[in-house]
Amino acid sequence: MFRIDYNKLRFLVCDDNPHMRRVLRTLLHSFGAREVNESEDGATALEMYSHYVPDIVITDWSMPIFDGLELAQMIRQPDSKGNPFAPIIMLTGHSDKRRVTVARDAGVTEFLAKPISAKGLYQRILNVVANPRPFIKTKTYFGPDRRRNTSVAYIGPERRGSGEVEVMQQPSLMDKARSNV
Amino acid sequence: MSKDKPDKVKIKTFPDHYVITPPNPLRKHVHRVLDKDADDPVARAESALAELSGEFKDWMASETTRLTAAYAEILRDGFNEENQQELFRAAHDVKGDAATFGYPSAATVADSLCRILEHAPDIGGVPPDLIQHHINAIEAIVNDRTQLDAVKTANALSQKLRSVADEYLVHVNRDRPEHLEAILAPSIVPDDK
Repeated sequence: MFRIDYNKLRFLVCDDNPHMRRVLRTLLHSFGAREVNESEDGATALEMYSHYVPDIVITDWSMPIFDGLELAQMIRQPDSKGNPFAPIIMLTGHSDKRRVTVARDAGVTEFLAKPISAKGLYQRILNVVANPRPFIKTKTYFGPDRRRNTSVAYIGPERRGSGEVEVMQQPSLMDKARSNV
Repeated sequence: MSKDKPDKVKIKTFPDHYVITPPNPLRKHVHRVLDKDADDPVARAESALAELSGEFKDWMASETTRLTAAYAEILRDGFNEENQQELFRAAHDVKGDAATFGYPSAATVADSLCRILEHAPDIGGVPPDLIQHHINAIEAIVNDRTQLDAVKTANALSQKLRSVADEYLVHVNRDRPEHLEAILAPSIVPDDK
C-alpha cells in the first residue's frame, strides 16, 4: 500500500469562496498537510505562487477578475523564472465536456468536479505526486501530456509529427497505489 | 527511482513538439507501508468534514441570501453585465457548495439556473418567473431541509424545474447548435465513489 507524506508537501489553495477554502483546508490538514497557503483570487495566488513555491496548486475556476483558468495559463509559461511544472488541480462546478477541454488546454493537470469528497481530492493528489505525466511543448500548448492513455485500437490521424519514440510509457506506481486507497 | 540524474529535465525533440520530463521531487514523499500499519487518511478527512458539517446550514443560508440579493438588485435595476455576472457567480457558488454540504437538490436547481444564465440568448427575454422559481426553490430546500418529507419534495421540485428550464433552453437555442449541443450533453464527471 502506498501513502504520501503530506507533511512534506506545500499547497496553494485559491478559491474566492471562504466556505470552500475552509473545507479544502480541513481536508488537507486531515490528510497530514501542514503548509496550506490560501488566496481568494487568481492575482494574489500568482504572487503567492512565486513567493511560497508550492508543490501543488488547487484552484477554483470561477473567480472574479482573474480566474483559475488564467492562473493556470500564467503558471504554465515555459520561459518563466518560476516553476512552470507544478501540478494544478482545477476544482470547479463546471462539468461539461467543453469546459473540461478548455481547462485541459490551459495546462491543468487534474480536474476535480464538485461536490468535493475526501476520496476524490486524495486520489487527484496521489495521481499528480505518484504518476506525473511528461510535459508537451508545441507552438500553441505547454502543459502536461493531454494523452493519458495509449490505445492500439486508435485509427484516427496522428496529429503529432513523429521522429523517434512517440509515446512515453508511464510507470505503473499509480495503478498500484490507486488499488490500495 | 531513476538512476540517471533525476534532478535534470529530460527533453526529447520531435519535428513539431517537445516531450519534456521534469524531475519529480514529490515522488520521494510517496512510500510503501504495510497494510496493517496504514492509517486511513481519507477516513480521517471524512471524519473531520463530518465535524465541520454543523456549520453547513449557516453557510448555505448565507449563500442563499447572496443569491436572493443579487436577483433583487436585477429586479430593481434591470440586467446589466455586472449584476448578471454576480447572479451567475452566486448561483454557481450555491451549486458547488450545496452539492458538497449535503443539499444535492439545491445543487440541481442552482445548476439549472446557471444553465439558463449561460445559454439564454437574451437574458432580458427570460421569463422572470422562471428565474424567481429557481431562487424560491433553493431558499425552500435550504430552509426546510429538516422536515420529514423535504427530501422527496426537494427532489421532485428540482427535477421539475430542471425539466422546464431545459425545455425553454432547447426552444430558444433551436438555431444555435453549439449551445444546443452543450445543453443536451451529459456531464462527464467521473464517479469517485
